[in-house]
Amino acid sequence: MTDRTLRGKTAIAGIGETIYYKHGQSPDSEFKLALTAIVKACEDAGISPHDIDGFASYGNDRSEAGRLASALGIKELRFSNMFWGGGGGGVCGAVGNASAAVATGMADCVVAFRSLAQGQYARYGRGTGAPLVAGDDSFVIPYGVMSPAQRFAMKVTRFMHETGIKQEALRAISLACYHHAQNNPNAVMRGRELDEAKYDDSRWIVEPFFHLYDCCQENDGAAAVIVMPADRAKDMKNKPAYVMACGQGSGHRSAAPVHNMPGYPSSNFGNSAERMYGMAKMAPSDMGIVQIYENFTGGVLMSLVEHGLVKAKDANDFLVKDNLIAPNGVMPLNTSGGNLAECYMHGLELVIEAVRQIRGTAINQVKKNDAAIIVGGPMVTPVSSIILGSGAAL
Amino acid sequence: MSTFYLPEGLPIPSSAPDGLSEPYWQGTREGKLRIQKCRGCGSWQWGPEWICHRCHSFDLSWEEIQGKGRIYSYERPHHPVHPSLVGRGPYIAVLVELPAYGNVRMIGNLLGDPRQTVTIGAEVEAVFEPHDAVDPPYTLVHWRLV
Repeated sequence: MTDRTLRGKTAIAGIGETIYYKHGQSPDSEFKLALTAIVKACEDAGISPHDIDGFASYGNDRSEAGRLASALGIKELRFSNMFWGGGGGGVCGAVGNASAAVATGMADCVVAFRSLAQGQYARYGRGTGAPLVAGDDSFVIPYGVMSPAQRFAMKVTRFMHETGIKQEALRAISLACYHHAQNNPNAVMRGRELDEAKYDDSRWIVEPFFHLYDCCQENDGAAAVIVMPADRAKDMKNKPAYVMACGQGSGHRSAAPVHNMPGYPSSNFGNSAERMYGMAKMAPSDMGIVQIYENFTGGVLMSLVEHGLVKAKDANDFLVKDNLIAPNGVMPLNTSGGNLAECYMHGLELVIEAVRQIRGTAINQVKKNDAAIIVGGPMVTPVSSIILGSGAAL
Repeated sequence: MSTFYLPEGLPIPSSAPDGLSEPYWQGTREGKLRIQKCRGCGSWQWGPEWICHRCHSFDLSWEEIQGKGRIYSYERPHHPVHPSLVGRGPYIAVLVELPAYGNVRMIGNLLGDPRQTVTIGAEVEAVFEPHDAVDPPYTLVHWRLV
């Protein structure tokens, strides 16, 4: 067992996205959105959908692998996989699981995807309509701790208390995302510029750190990536984005009930980032492309710290807009606009943007584009992150 | 005028379907705060689970504890996410740690002015809020500064 690594064995060879909509605005059903994104990803790779032999998703995606395989006329379904956990914690894990299946020969061409039409189903930003709540919910929901923002805000409050990081650091994250979205034709928030005053004046969702612009959107759409063996991806239409490593899981007892997780003020990555860098044989300083899932800006901040991209003691000085925007910032962040300003496609839009950056075809292209880190939905359990690289990174 | 911190109509806590938390909710009806203690290794455990995460004993007792703790974290939600909260205005939820019981944490509302300044580390005590007129009746546990 000397070769237990994903490093360089697989690549993302195709990417596909639907038009992104504000929630409730999609004219197409959620399942049709999934099909559309997958067909587009196949076109981008230069393969037929008949060549797909596996599906990987997360967040309890409603577009089931069996129905997709039948609808697309898949010849033989060899791999179907769902990453546990809600929201976008599993986005990078789904790509990693697809890669693991391909790297080990279980399948040859796996699509990792997410389809989400919040307008057609439940919205994440609303509380439950159930008359009774049980389990962990029974200890939090009757006290008005219901929505994701409310469930995560106290983690951020405590983190800021322990580190002394200020609201302005969170503001810079939001400003960078909105800045990048202004050039992106598929960004839902294109044309809605954000500046410091507008951020500061925006209403509280949850005090003391969640303004309106610290919170992600709710959207309709779908996105997909095609994962295949590295040697096959080399011959496809577009430059491959190699999977260098994937980290997934969560820290010690991070789902302990009633907020009793020992590492409370955290985004829940535990040691997975360190393991991932080890597998990639890379360091945080190698990452020219940084895409961090924004459910809330506080989660981005903790993810940056837990992935060694920013030290907590430097955060107040380093997290300013100029450092976070392409092309000249020190660490351009969420260069397509991310969940805040492009689309809340549960982070798969971040993976796709990282692939465009590696190809050199991004709208807000960064200069140092040989390695990308993408971090999935912080603060949920389990979480995941992934490192992609160009041929030069191998 | 409601005597409840949050308006009525929010979801009612239930120990169904598996009954794991039944001793806790029964206790609050009696004005008692109970959490789990492992008979195997003596550890306090909260929230409830069928097994002790330290020694893996399934032999967990429910012990009455003193509702005294300190604020570990807090939040003040403004945006209402449930119909019952529309127009209520902001409210405060606190995460309270109980140093006498292995620093287990509990969540409740902080009684008093919803716009008050909240200090992490402040000492608080538990206050029971019975809801007797609903079916099934239940009792919430809030916190107030001491």
